Amino acid sequence: MIIVREEKLVEKKEHPLIVSVSPHVRGEETVSRIMWSVNLALLPVFIMSVYYFGPRAVYVTGLCVLACVLSEYAFQKWLRRKVTISDGSAFLTGLLLGMNLPPGVPFYIPLVGSVVAIIITKQLFGGLGYTIFNPALIGRAFVLISFPKLMTIWYKPTSAFVGLDATTTATPLGILKEGGLGQLLEIFGDKMHLYEKLFLGNTAGSLGETSAIALLIGAGYLFYKRYITWHIPLSFLATVGVLAWIFGGKDIETGKLIFFAGDPLIHLLSGGLILGAFFMATDYVTVPTLRKGQIIFGVGCGLITMLIRLKGGFPEGVMFAILLMNCFSPLIDRQVRTKPFGAVGEKKK
Amino acid sequence: MADIATFERGIHPRYHKELASGKPITQASLPQRIVVPVSQHIGAPAKPEVNIGDEVKKGQLIGSATGFVSSPIHSSISGKVIAIADFPTSAGKMVQSIVIEGDGKDEAVEFKENPDYMSLSSDEIRNIIKDAGIVGMGGAAFPTNVKLSPPKEKPVDTVIINGAECEPYLTADHRLMVERSKEVIEGLKIIMKSLGVKEGHIGIEENKPDAIEAMRFAVSGGSNIKVWPLEIKYPQGAEKMLIKAIKDREVPCKGLPMDVGVVVQNVGTAVAVYEAVRFGKPLIERVVTVTGKGVNEPKNMMVRIGTLMSEVIEQCGGLVEGAVKVISGGPMMGFAQWTLDVPVVKGTSGILVLTEDEYVASDDYSACIRCGSCIDVCPMGLNPSILSIYAEKGFFEDAKENGLFDCFECGSCAFVCPAKRPMVQFIRLAKSQVKP
Ligand code: SF4
Ligand code: SF4
Repeated sequence: MIIVREEKLVEKKEHPLIVSVSPHVRGEETVSRIMWSVNLALLPVFIMSVYYFGPRAVYVTGLCVLACVLSEYAFQKWLRRKVTISDGSAFLTGLLLGMNLPPGVPFYIPLVGSVVAIIITKQLFGGLGYTIFNPALIGRAFVLISFPKLMTIWYKPTSAFVGLDATTTATPLGILKEGGLGQLLEIFGDKMHLYEKLFLGNTAGSLGETSAIALLIGAGYLFYKRYITWHIPLSFLATVGVLAWIFGGKDIETGKLIFFAGDPLIHLLSGGLILGAFFMATDYVTVPTLRKGQIIFGVGCGLITMLIRLKGGFPEGVMFAILLMNCFSPLIDRQVRTKPFGAVGEKKK
Repeated sequence: MADIATFERGIHPRYHKELASGKPITQASLPQRIVVPVSQHIGAPAKPEVNIGDEVKKGQLIGSATGFVSSPIHSSISGKVIAIADFPTSAGKMVQSIVIEGDGKDEAVEFKENPDYMSLSSDEIRNIIKDAGIVGMGGAAFPTNVKLSPPKEKPVDTVIINGAECEPYLTADHRLMVERSKEVIEGLKIIMKSLGVKEGHIGIEENKPDAIEAMRFAVSGGSNIKVWPLEIKYPQGAEKMLIKAIKDREVPCKGLPMDVGVVVQNVGTAVAVYEAVRFGKPLIERVVTVTGKGVNEPKNMMVRIGTLMSEVIEQCGGLVEGAVKVISGGPMMGFAQWTLDVPVVKGTSGILVLTEDEYVASDDYSACIRCGSCIDVCPMGLNPSILSIYAEKGFFEDAKENGLFDCFECGSCAFVCPAKRPMVQFIRLAKSQVKP
């Protein structure tokens, strides 16, 4: 008996046992699984963008994705780092950047935006996990400031995948800012029509921001997979809704502010709010990790968004709101603490 | 579901209990040779009381306790002491051990029986438990008599028997509760008696319905003992989590269960207490679950303390092709072994063998992506993400500020981390670099 055992042990010596620190079993979640799931969640949004803006949507988004992935590859090769393009995060940055661009931009805008997003915002800071700002949003902010004209030409959507309509127009928020609610209703008929078009995405805007329904389907998937929680999106949207209701109302004739008369739905459905709240303000790396802090973050985003929309020079403020709040994430994380188990036990005795 | 007790957060790993949960406890064969480390418990090591060449009998004291927090050791076979030297143990350290070559006779010393054990005084019970070398058998191996001697200013009103067995794969406590439920209850009663406590509880995770039923049947009649089905969630069997679930009391940070008037004992410990007090039998054997896909025949076995793991595994049909990792204890908190020639000790609840396809490499981790999953699961309400980052960067003091020493290394954070960060390793590193 013992001899048999010793034989086995000798055998084992050639095939040593693996020693590592506990735990010895791990969950199934991986970074790349999460990233690719978010990419998948954007699929309905992408399809809707192609539906409304035709091949241009494929062209612009494709360029972004390609440029993002390639620049990450090239940069990591150059520095002899581990190439991480398969984790899906560069792809996601590209996809999000594409979804944030107007349909008619010339080819160099996606390229510049991608390089700024990946190389400057992500890789120079240390890669995934170390970024301070949401890379896609920095990319977009950069091209918006560098090419303000080209970045604000909006096309009317056409339906059924045919292509880009030649007519340019302003976005609903642009119209609201310049001409007020009256003009918006003139263009869209009545409120019901306006809501419907905003909900489906049949309005001018960035490729992926117009269709609320497609965005919500994707977000629903992320909730179902538990990749995002309600804390940021809900606090963000609620803040925007409440502020829009309180401060968004204007007398159509005189243009004077009327309190508690705003239309929250218009503000909630238009612009990049839904895209931002569910897909950008939930980017793990650049937002607070603690749930309480996330609510602060969401409320902050909502405040800045509405400040810009109602008072600022731009019709839309989601991008700047998220970027500004990104700066505060480390600070928020430092202030908010978890409650350790047993921290209240003392007083009970 | 209102009567299912639990704690906040935690994780749901795959349990794999089915491998061994239906296997009745069998007696392992008499080992040819045993290796008994002098330190199998928390506290001061025992002092060897035998010399090389001495003949010993089963149950004979071979090492005596050397202080209040210490525990004696006994021989689990009869034979001759052939070596006293440092040998590897399952915790990864070299420890002075007494090696006894068996004579095959299995002769025992005479045990002092106490048929009327419930009339013993608290002190008598504590002394018997101390002399029997009983320590917590769930893994931590804290001397039981110390737990039963709370200082005056910390009155204890409740005893909880921990039958949660939340570690995946392990089924030793499960089998004990099913097969020896009466002894568990008697052990609990003795512990309650020694503490002068009126209230007893037994917490069992819901995935052991037969154990819950057996225990309920065993307590029927005694109204001061209550059986609690617990939610199936890791680490339900951690002392603090168990107390929260059953008594809704939170042990303060850095505190002990006795700070909230509770003493927790493991199922195996309760049985050992009963055997010691009733039959005078020292702790010389324990139930070990040998399980995992890497072993041919998973079993629950009564193994003599000091038996080499290699021998135990051999009795379970040996390792299968592709077995790569042998763990002493469960997969969440157990220790990986580099050799199988380490002895089963008082705290060895299981021997788990994982195969190649169950094995997860932890060397390929990436930066924290701040997903917050670890924070959502940490039973201690810590921020494991920040702990791991501080440890990684060498900011050990900052880690301490963030509750480093409240972490009991349950591994839940590492389990869920999508970046596969070796969280527990980081935390242990930090703990080794700063003073609590
Ligand atoms: S930080 Fe410690 S207590 Fe919290 S989950 Fe990780 S190992 Fe467990
Ligand atoms: S689970 Fe891992 S990646 Fe997520 S926050 Fe915790 S340490 Fe970071």
